[in-house]
Amino acid sequence: MFDFSILFPSLLNGLTTGAVYALVALGLTLIYGVLHIINFAHGAALMLALYGVYVLRTRFGIDPYLALPVMVAGMFVFGYALQRVVINRASHGKDENILLVTLGLSIVMENAALLVFKSDTRSIETPYTLTTVAIGPAMIALPKIVAFFGSLVVAGVLLWVVQRTDLGRAIRAVAKEKQGARLMGIDVAHVYALSYGIGLACLGAAACFLLPAFYVNPQVGSGFVLVSFTIVVLGGMGSFAGALLGGFLVGIVESLGGLFLGDSLGQVGIYLIFIAVLLFRPQGLFGDRV
Amino acid sequence: MSGARADALGIAAFVLVVACAAFALGSNVALTFVMMALYATLMAQAWNLLGGFGGQFSFGHALFFGTGAYVQAIAQVSGGINAWAALPLAVGAAGVVGLLIGALAFRYGLKGSYFALVTLAFAEVFRILALSLGFTGGGVGMMLPLRASATNLQFASPRGYVLMLLGFVTLALAVTAWLRHSRFGASLQAVRDNEDAARALGIAPFRVKLIATVLSGAFMGAAGAFYVQAFQYIDPAIAFGATTSVEALLGAIVGGMGTLWGPVLGALALHALAELTRNLFGALPGINMVIYGSVLVLIVMFMPRGIAGLGVALRWTRRDCLGGAREHDRERTKGQP
Amino acid sequence: MTTNNVSTSNRRRFIQQSAAAGAITLGFPVVGGAQPAAIKIGVLHPVTGALAYSGQQCREGALMAIEDVNKAGGIKSLGGAKLDALLGDAQSQPQVGAAEVEKMNEAGVAAVLGAYASAICLATTQAAAKSNLPHVVDVGVADTIVERGLKNTFRFGPGYGACARVAMANLFALNAAAGKPAKTVMIIHEESLFGTGTGTLLARELPGFGFTVVEVVKHANPTRDFNNIVLRMKALNPDVVIPANYYNEYALLVRTMQQQKVAPKAIYSVLGGAASSYKFVKEFPDAANGIIDCNHWFNPKDKRALELRKRVEAKGLFFTYEIFNTYTAMMYLADALGRARSTERGAVIEALSSSTFADHFMPYGATKMANGQNTGAQPLMTQVLGGDIKVVVPREYRQADASFPMKG
Repeated sequence: MFDFSILFPSLLNGLTTGAVYALVALGLTLIYGVLHIINFAHGAALMLALYGVYVLRTRFGIDPYLALPVMVAGMFVFGYALQRVVINRASHGKDENILLVTLGLSIVMENAALLVFKSDTRSIETPYTLTTVAIGPAMIALPKIVAFFGSLVVAGVLLWVVQRTDLGRAIRAVAKEKQGARLMGIDVAHVYALSYGIGLACLGAAACFLLPAFYVNPQVGSGFVLVSFTIVVLGGMGSFAGALLGGFLVGIVESLGGLFLGDSLGQVGIYLIFIAVLLFRPQGLFGDRV
Repeated sequence: MSGARADALGIAAFVLVVACAAFALGSNVALTFVMMALYATLMAQAWNLLGGFGGQFSFGHALFFGTGAYVQAIAQVSGGINAWAALPLAVGAAGVVGLLIGALAFRYGLKGSYFALVTLAFAEVFRILALSLGFTGGGVGMMLPLRASATNLQFASPRGYVLMLLGFVTLALAVTAWLRHSRFGASLQAVRDNEDAARALGIAPFRVKLIATVLSGAFMGAAGAFYVQAFQYIDPAIAFGATTSVEALLGAIVGGMGTLWGPVLGALALHALAELTRNLFGALPGINMVIYGSVLVLIVMFMPRGIAGLGVALRWTRRDCLGGAREHDRERTKGQP
Repeated sequence: MTTNNVSTSNRRRFIQQSAAAGAITLGFPVVGGAQPAAIKIGVLHPVTGALAYSGQQCREGALMAIEDVNKAGGIKSLGGAKLDALLGDAQSQPQVGAAEVEKMNEAGVAAVLGAYASAICLATTQAAAKSNLPHVVDVGVADTIVERGLKNTFRFGPGYGACARVAMANLFALNAAAGKPAKTVMIIHEESLFGTGTGTLLARELPGFGFTVVEVVKHANPTRDFNNIVLRMKALNPDVVIPANYYNEYALLVRTMQQQKVAPKAIYSVLGGAASSYKFVKEFPDAANGIIDCNHWFNPKDKRALELRKRVEAKGLFFTYEIFNTYTAMMYLADALGRARSTERGAVIEALSSSTFADHFMPYGATKMANGQNTGAQPLMTQVLGGDIKVVVPREYRQADASFPMKG
């Protein structure tokens, strides 16, 4: 039905779009893996990060890619504070309460952004926004290619932190057995907050890669929530490699699904995969066996 | 059993108060407030049956809402069926969807977050299908012809809808009370607290959870049917969107899960909060929702067992023990789907 | 000290009111002093939630209109009564809009103006109908809004049926004038009420004008990536691309086309979200160049429109259709209140229905309501030329000749 010159670019597009999804999902999977909470505020936090990149670009003239260290650090601090001061305090450790708290926070964040930035959609112009790179018959936008490699780097950094550093060891300990970790002298509340902070820091990176090819308005985050949940489940809750590969897969499915079924119905492919994974392989691609 | 009698009296008093209010209140604004509060209550009660008593959190309860709404609309518009006759069809269809989804999810042992996410996924699938299928009207949605008359289940005044909702809410209260005092209810709560132990006791978790899902779905479908009758319009976003799912679980959790009056109190409180904040600072849109979200966080912070949970220390020590056991279990099994 | 001021002002007020009372009893027009009670108008829009931007723009238009009416002396036939806006937030949900209408009804508004989105309008007009409350629809383009036989509902602007038909007729005309270079079209519409309605209508009737519809693409709201759709466009190579969607998706689509170097003979939108938008033209001049749109537009030759545009832009806002549609809808309502000489609902409805309001800057001519729809309402064809949006059809409002097919 479609020849190579259509399929190949569609595949590559899916891959690069999926890379951004993966960046969003990486943080979510860490937060779920460690804190065991489904972070409803993830989409709103992405939106705030996007505004951060926007402000840095329009007010201070800093290029989104150069803003990476600022955004990552800033979102980390924000996430740490949020978890330590609000989420932890409010939830009393109960699942359903954490759910409500993150939900409430997402409402606050979205509408605070509405107040401050108004409802206009904003985008940035950079010299490379329209540049495309030819790969075979495909013309892929440069920002998307950068995002692709960016996601690999971020996933790599996360893996290194979790596997090779003391902090990572503490995180893994808390994720596996909280009480035991506490008995070993690990400050669980601190580790929780660190994990949440790192999760949001990933969003800071994602925003830097996303904004050049996209836009921001107060509601933009909600469009990413479901997709990132899907990826986290598909890849395996708590697995970075899973989130990365899951992101690519979901991006490709969305792209090919759109090609064959039309972009409205094509979305259904993602959710059918989601359901299939939940039913038949709930641990996802790389999660621990349930 | 005195507990059951107390509940029955409470429900009777509630019905009396609301019915009196329905006839005493003349202001359409007040009646609309009562109507929307009851609507939120019905959804919270539906969610509570499965989430509070069954321990299965659903993030996609709009699935049942939308099914009920669309069946109600399609039956009248395409099928020419009278609204009253369509109502059992709508409720039944939602129950059937509950049966199918529940069977699928529980057959594959989905629990906790996984169950929550699968309901979310199904709601999305239905939304996308509703957008693409012809008989649902696609993106254009379905519109019910406006013909206000009791035979049509359309009322010129909100009073009629208040009574309609009161009927469903009372039924839901009765079912909830039954869950609190019946053997089946005890089995369901046992499964909620520790499924393996319950199975060891001879309870069939699959069957028990499935029945709870069907009941929960049916009541949610009734809420969907109400929406169509009250606003004469439904589209995929309203029917299966996240807003409806969130509203259902918010009312139940804030009010106090697994209680009789929790959903009622939670729905009322949240609806009142939304009304109060909506036009508070009209010139600064968005501030109302900031306040709403903040209050939500504060409620959770200071009332972790929900509004109904505030009365825990005063009565029902038995429920306190149950709650404590549940909390301990949750801590232990966190992270394991 | 304060008591002195209070008693002075009290005394002053007393004198003022007595004078006014005296003046009225003597039949003199009241100048300054006591004013007749303000007329409350319900201004209902989705100012939060997914539709926040459009809702806020609409509200702005309504408030500026009220400001202008009041500045010009209020409703003269009612003693110069000023209009007072009762603001409501529909929160982008129909049932919330309906509840707000109830509140406005009980607060004693003379009429409701709103609610931008078709789905919300369906609910609000019905809620208003129950109390025979006049409801003027500002944008809401679904034709079903005015096809339900509701006596209280009036739409000043055109619906999507009218817009689609004008667009198709003009596409045919432009094509014919250029020697029929365009034969194939590709329709890209968003998935909800307005997009599906418009897209379906176009797909059904374009063949009747001699065009072949090679594909109808329905996309989600929001859509984050248009590369696939643009790929299909590349493969199918339609002569004309017809988008019908909201601002964000429209902008993303056109930018993607620019990026992938896909340049059809014409981008011809019907109610295109960004097509005739000063915001889009300002932010993406290259991508916007040459786009033709059939959309709500003001009479470019009317100074009042240009003045309003200046005032709006001085506030840091873009002069979008939400603003001028709602502004003129409010003017229509104010005119009806004046002719009704009363705020009694039946009288207002009668005045709205029989209105011949022509003192506005929309290209509608004199108002003529039939079943709640202003039959004179029409969209205009605009094209982005030289970094500005110019009206190209019809002749009486034309500012420039259409460039069809697009050059460069």
